[in-house]
Amino acid sequence: MDMNQYLDIFIDETKEHLQNLNEQILVLEKEPENEATINEIFRAAHSLKGMAGTMGYKRMQRLTHDMENVFSEIRNGKMKASDDLVDVLFRGLDALESYLANIQSTADEGTEDNEDIISVLNEILKGATAKQEETPQQQPVQAAVATVVEGKYKQLELAEHERHVVAEAYNEGESVFGMTVYIQEACILKSARAFLVFKALEEQGTIIKSQPSVQDIEDEKFDFDFSLIFITKLSLEEVKARVLNVSEIKDVVIEAIEQPVEEPAKVEVEVEKPEEKKASVAKKEQKQQASKPVVNRSVRVDIEKLDVLMNLVSELIIAKNGLVSINSTDSSDKTAGNFNEQIEYLERVTTSLHESVMKVRMVPIESVVNRFPRMIRDLSKKLDKPMELVMSGEETELDRTVIDEIGDPLMHLLRNSADHGLEHVEERKKLGKNPKGTIFLNAYQDGNNVVIEVGDDGGGINVDKVRDKAINRGAITEEQAETMTEKDFIDLLFLPSFSTADQISDVSGRGVGLDVVKTKIESLGGDIECRTKRGEGSTFIIRLPLTLAIIQALMVEVGTEKYAIPLGSIQTIEDVPFEEVKTVNGQEVINLRGIILPIIRLEEALDVTPLEEEKTSYTVVIVSKGDRYAGLVVDSLIGQQEIVIKPIGKYMETSKIIGGATILGDGEVALILDANTLV
Amino acid sequence: MENTITQVTSLDAKQYIVVKLGNEQFGIDIQYVENIVRIQRITRVPKVQNFFKGVINLRGDIVPVMSLRLKFGLEGEDYTNSTRVIILKPEGKEVLGIVVDEVKEVVTLEENQIDKVTYTPSNDNYKYLSGIGKHKDSLISILNIQSIVVDKEVL
Repeated sequence: MDMNQYLDIFIDETKEHLQNLNEQILVLEKEPENEATINEIFRAAHSLKGMAGTMGYKRMQRLTHDMENVFSEIRNGKMKASDDLVDVLFRGLDALESYLANIQSTADEGTEDNEDIISVLNEILKGATAKQEETPQQQPVQAAVATVVEGKYKQLELAEHERHVVAEAYNEGESVFGMTVYIQEACILKSARAFLVFKALEEQGTIIKSQPSVQDIEDEKFDFDFSLIFITKLSLEEVKARVLNVSEIKDVVIEAIEQPVEEPAKVEVEVEKPEEKKASVAKKEQKQQASKPVVNRSVRVDIEKLDVLMNLVSELIIAKNGLVSINSTDSSDKTAGNFNEQIEYLERVTTSLHESVMKVRMVPIESVVNRFPRMIRDLSKKLDKPMELVMSGEETELDRTVIDEIGDPLMHLLRNSADHGLEHVEERKKLGKNPKGTIFLNAYQDGNNVVIEVGDDGGGINVDKVRDKAINRGAITEEQAETMTEKDFIDLLFLPSFSTADQISDVSGRGVGLDVVKTKIESLGGDIECRTKRGEGSTFIIRLPLTLAIIQALMVEVGTEKYAIPLGSIQTIEDVPFEEVKTVNGQEVINLRGIILPIIRLEEALDVTPLEEEKTSYTVVIVSKGDRYAGLVVDSLIGQQEIVIKPIGKYMETSKIIGGATILGDGEVALILDANTLV
Repeated sequence: MENTITQVTSLDAKQYIVVKLGNEQFGIDIQYVENIVRIQRITRVPKVQNFFKGVINLRGDIVPVMSLRLKFGLEGEDYTNSTRVIILKPEGKEVLGIVVDEVKEVVTLEENQIDKVTYTPSNDNYKYLSGIGKHKDSLISILNIQSIVVDKEVL
């Protein structure tokens, strides 16, 4: 069967289970006795193992199997979730995640066996079973099995026809061996190993009987050994070598059988089966290699949202039918009123439809931030600083495209807070702070924006240090520094290759930090600012548009061309008389209620042929970015409009001013100005 | 469309759309052509390579439009009733429109009807061509679509 159709589901569900495990193990660390948690962990691990096995990811299955064993011991109360254990479990989860990443990109789990994790897990298991002497689990039992059953194949009784085969074999100069093969107890896929043994042997001879039967072996209905009678031309040593060549085979006991007897028949039936299986296995392998694993990005949609959509579509059809019927019943007066009614109806339906579709694209931010508690825990250990992460507003929803991109920047900011923001324990104690540092992540909706705040209660940013560093690096001159405000200095942090940490650690501080965060967030149409107070901590505030695809914009005319300016960046619109425009340092500025701001003539910035019109004042659209302002001179205003942003393609080397294009009601294309690049 | 006609011709034959720029005829491999539309309102995009006329709305998609004349260093076109925009979809790339003076016909050329282009030091445009086709008694310069759309230089 082709498993690829299930790959998407597998990846989705595995992600969910892994995330669940991460969260639950964190809880377990805090409350080792919480039974519900343990059960939940066990369930998740078990499903994970089952799914990995079904999909044929053996390594993944093996690792989950061993982890599951540990969970089962914890559940049975034979083990405590110690710090070390939790560490190992997290390492295991990380390894599983890397398997998953591999599967996602290549449909193959890769070749990393993660033996070290498995062996540590097994040691912990052994430690637990050894300690609990009243449960002398596997080991002694297995030892007993090994000694008692040494020559199990001798118990094999040959039927009449089988004896006949053996006799015939001897007549033809072949030898008959009885053997018992022991598989290592750690082996998960016993039947696969058995199958490999069968395969190895059948290349050079015939297996005439096995105990348990081939069917039972295939179904894994056997312990750790099975017995065979085998006819071959090979010598005893060669046969033994062949069997031992299969991995995870512990031992094989083999001896020649000398019993001349009769009849064939059943042999062939039994022999055929493994071959059939072999063929199907081979087919499966081929298929897996051939098909290309393209995993599509998907959104899980609440069924209710889909119902609403369906409903709206049916209303849309009704509205259309209404229009059609008006068209066919052509009776002058009444038609006009009816027509308008239908148009209004249509308008209402399309607006709701738009809203619903947007909602479908929205994903709670939870899906990104829920991996952070785990990360902070790891960082806390690594940096040897006690800290905790407090999150709020995880249910805040953002567009799927934003959600996909926002994870890394947030992670970066959190690492920054953990590494540079929070002081070490001693220092905190000295300052009379809670020795345990707090990092917070708050998300909430604010109008058409979503705000995410990431911050800490650490030492805040040392502005003097930033200043010195900036001067040392030549980013600013002493004179410039004199005129800069605290905020200007903090903005320096967002410049490329600017890190104030004296020591480069592998957590953060390689100087590729905040500027990358800033670039990413700006590419998503958002912005970021930093607020800090010495001794009390710093907060990074990220502002993101609710959705990227549709925005409110002000349509303006420059010359004869139409442009859209996103409403989000517009502050006010002013009528400025010519004489109020002053020139300072070659830059035209205006004084708007005490704020001096530069003005930009769009017709120059956009190479538009100016209109020849008599005017006495400029229409200036005041745009802002953070707390900086600029005025854009336009020829006329058209009005506010909801526009759909479309990409402009890659062929044209557009300047940064153009943020995209949109299609107006009459089919004309208008360009969208990115005001942020002008300020 | 492609299949039904090429079946009757030999394997080495390809179909080309013949377009005119001034007096010269150019051939465009039909497999790259997605659509041919009449000239419509083009929105100028400021500060781009000068051979881009701007963008158009093609059934809800924004498609950049290039002037083949400007690309080849000829004079800019006057739009007439026969001016057309040919919408190309090069392999693995986005859709692009090119403005031509006129679309003449579709011809089938066999490989042996196409000569190699020779290097001409006086004119740079040879690099946009993949061959010269002979059809009846006229010559058709076969456009190398890939090189036309890749080229990002600002003329």
